[in-house]
Amino acid sequence: MSAEPNSYRTGPDEFGHFGIFGGRYVAETLMPLILEVEQAYAAAKADPSFQAELDEFLKHYVGRPSPLYFAERLTEHYGGAKIYFKRDELNHTGAHKINNCMGQILLARRMGKKRIIAETGAGQHGVATATVCARFGLECVVYMGATDIERQAPNVFRMKLLGAKVVPVTSGTATLKDAMNDALRDWVSNVDDTYYLIGTVAGPHPYPAMVRDFQSVIGIETREQMQAAEGRLPDSLVACIGGGSNAMGLFYPFLDDKDVRIIGVEAAGHGLESGEHAASLTGGSPGVLHGNRTYLLQDDDGQILDAHSISAGLDYPGIGPEHSWLNDSGRVEYVSVTDDEALECFQLCSRLEGIIPALEPSHALAHVEKIAPDLPADHLLVMNMCGRGDKDVFTVADALGVKL
Amino acid sequence: MSRGTTSGRVEARFEALRTEGRAAFVPFIMAADPDYETSLEILKGLPAAGADMIEIGVMYSDPMADGPAIQAAGLRARDGGARVTRTLDMVRKFRESDDATPLILMGYYNPIYIYGVEKFLIDAREAGVDGLIVVDLPPEEDSELCIPALEAGMHFIRLATPTTDDERLPAVLANTSGFVYYVAVTGITGTKSADTSTIHAAVTRLKRHTDLPIAVGFGIKTPQQAGAVAEVADATVVGSAIVQTIADNLDADGKATPGLVEKVLEFTRDLSGGVRNASRQAAE
Repeated sequence: MSAEPNSYRTGPDEFGHFGIFGGRYVAETLMPLILEVEQAYAAAKADPSFQAELDEFLKHYVGRPSPLYFAERLTEHYGGAKIYFKRDELNHTGAHKINNCMGQILLARRMGKKRIIAETGAGQHGVATATVCARFGLECVVYMGATDIERQAPNVFRMKLLGAKVVPVTSGTATLKDAMNDALRDWVSNVDDTYYLIGTVAGPHPYPAMVRDFQSVIGIETREQMQAAEGRLPDSLVACIGGGSNAMGLFYPFLDDKDVRIIGVEAAGHGLESGEHAASLTGGSPGVLHGNRTYLLQDDDGQILDAHSISAGLDYPGIGPEHSWLNDSGRVEYVSVTDDEALECFQLCSRLEGIIPALEPSHALAHVEKIAPDLPADHLLVMNMCGRGDKDVFTVADALGVKL
Repeated sequence: MSRGTTSGRVEARFEALRTEGRAAFVPFIMAADPDYETSLEILKGLPAAGADMIEIGVMYSDPMADGPAIQAAGLRARDGGARVTRTLDMVRKFRESDDATPLILMGYYNPIYIYGVEKFLIDAREAGVDGLIVVDLPPEEDSELCIPALEAGMHFIRLATPTTDDERLPAVLANTSGFVYYVAVTGITGTKSADTSTIHAAVTRLKRHTDLPIAVGFGIKTPQQAGAVAEVADATVVGSAIVQTIADNLDADGKATPGLVEKVLEFTRDLSGGVRNASRQAAE
């Protein structure tokens, strides 16, 4: 993209495109359904009572606003930028995922849907979906890769406690992308009563825009809280990216503040050169998967490749289409960090701040570690602490060679 | 948009069958399932086994509209060395001995997008492909491939489904060519089956909106079902059941057993017999 747009907040267009990215690449059977979701969401967005209802639940059930916390000891440790955490790990269910689930479940109710399906990778979106389904008494079916079920056993049990049915996905590589395929297959087969509650800013239009809108509460609060704390906007924002919903949520309200530097952190797994990573932007190319055009990990025959990351939540071979557009337009910088770098920061944050971060934001922190020491002390940096690490203790113990 | 001149094979075949007074039988196989050579042998044998037209699956790693049988076929094809280039190769080899049977490639958009739309249309046409069915390209994305295909004289066969209501149907039919593929069930390939009266009503509805032939597929597994569909539609498509016959004739290592090709063709003959025996009623 050559010319700088007047605003980075006008997308998508009426066809769901962010530049060349996004769109609606789905089977005809699903087209009428996603058009129905689009219309219902447009109506809800225009209805003040919908936002009022959502705000009530976000406040009293999710626990918003989440604090903007000055991470004093990490700031001292790195000796540079002033580091703040946006504490979305303190939300009910332990991650940012529930912001979106609460919005979509209220929409599904408005649409009169009785059965909710979802895909999950790390299990955080599955738990958040199962939670809101329990709260509103709706049937819940969660598709989860067999590989992920194995490495995220506590979340599987949580979903079951919440009354959800967890369907192991063995097709393809048995991870998040295959769970999404099976969820789409379920939706095609159950068109009348089912609502597909997609967990990230991917999928066909209107999901990328809708999920972004529901997650934008993160960035909106951050603006207000930083104004209150420091009397001005932050200088930089850092967030990890799998599909990219926590990052879109933090970034979106700041996209037109040209002085705010924005950085998305992908998972480099064993390293970009190893070929075993999940960095779609830094190591992939544009293609079409799961209803949208975006950067993907793929071979020269257009076959989707396996992603790898120690973090199940980042282990996806694509990325939300709006990120692809923000990458190509140059507004947001995208970088990547390895499993090992994330593991180091997982431990460091636990020891210095008394916060056990999820492996996903540990990636964001690993990039903060790279830039913070060289930034001046008055540089305000916000990192999205988008999930807590309780779910990851087994994975981390295993990676560190500790037997539990 | 100006539509290019097509190969004419699809039109000629439907015209001949109209004269004969029967529906077309259209088998589906996945290219390179279970390996390239076996797949080519099956392909070459299909016309003599009663195929009036053939759908060739183009392998894709994430086939979101396909059920377990065709997913498994895709994995075998991947191991069998399926690539877009080799699938076009297979078409070229078929055309050495058969210049009449229409060949339709069926799959998903990404492998074509990565191959390059313009180059793909030239190469596919040159190889002898007559039409495309691309599952994840609804009319909303027509500028991607549908319109370039029509301009290049390649049929773009659209899927209409039970969820395509009367309001939406004209948009779905507008840029379709060759024939319309009616997906008989709301579901993935090879699972649920629709009953004949439902299919009859659906075909009648489609006929009110288009003069194009109507093919019906998804969930048709036996010669009886194929025959029943042939009574109301212009073509009957069978995919998963044929692909399953391939799966049933593999050895423990997933390699083709000696009798595999003949077993598949025998089943195809049975299906085709079902279609040929069906006394055809007017869809109205």
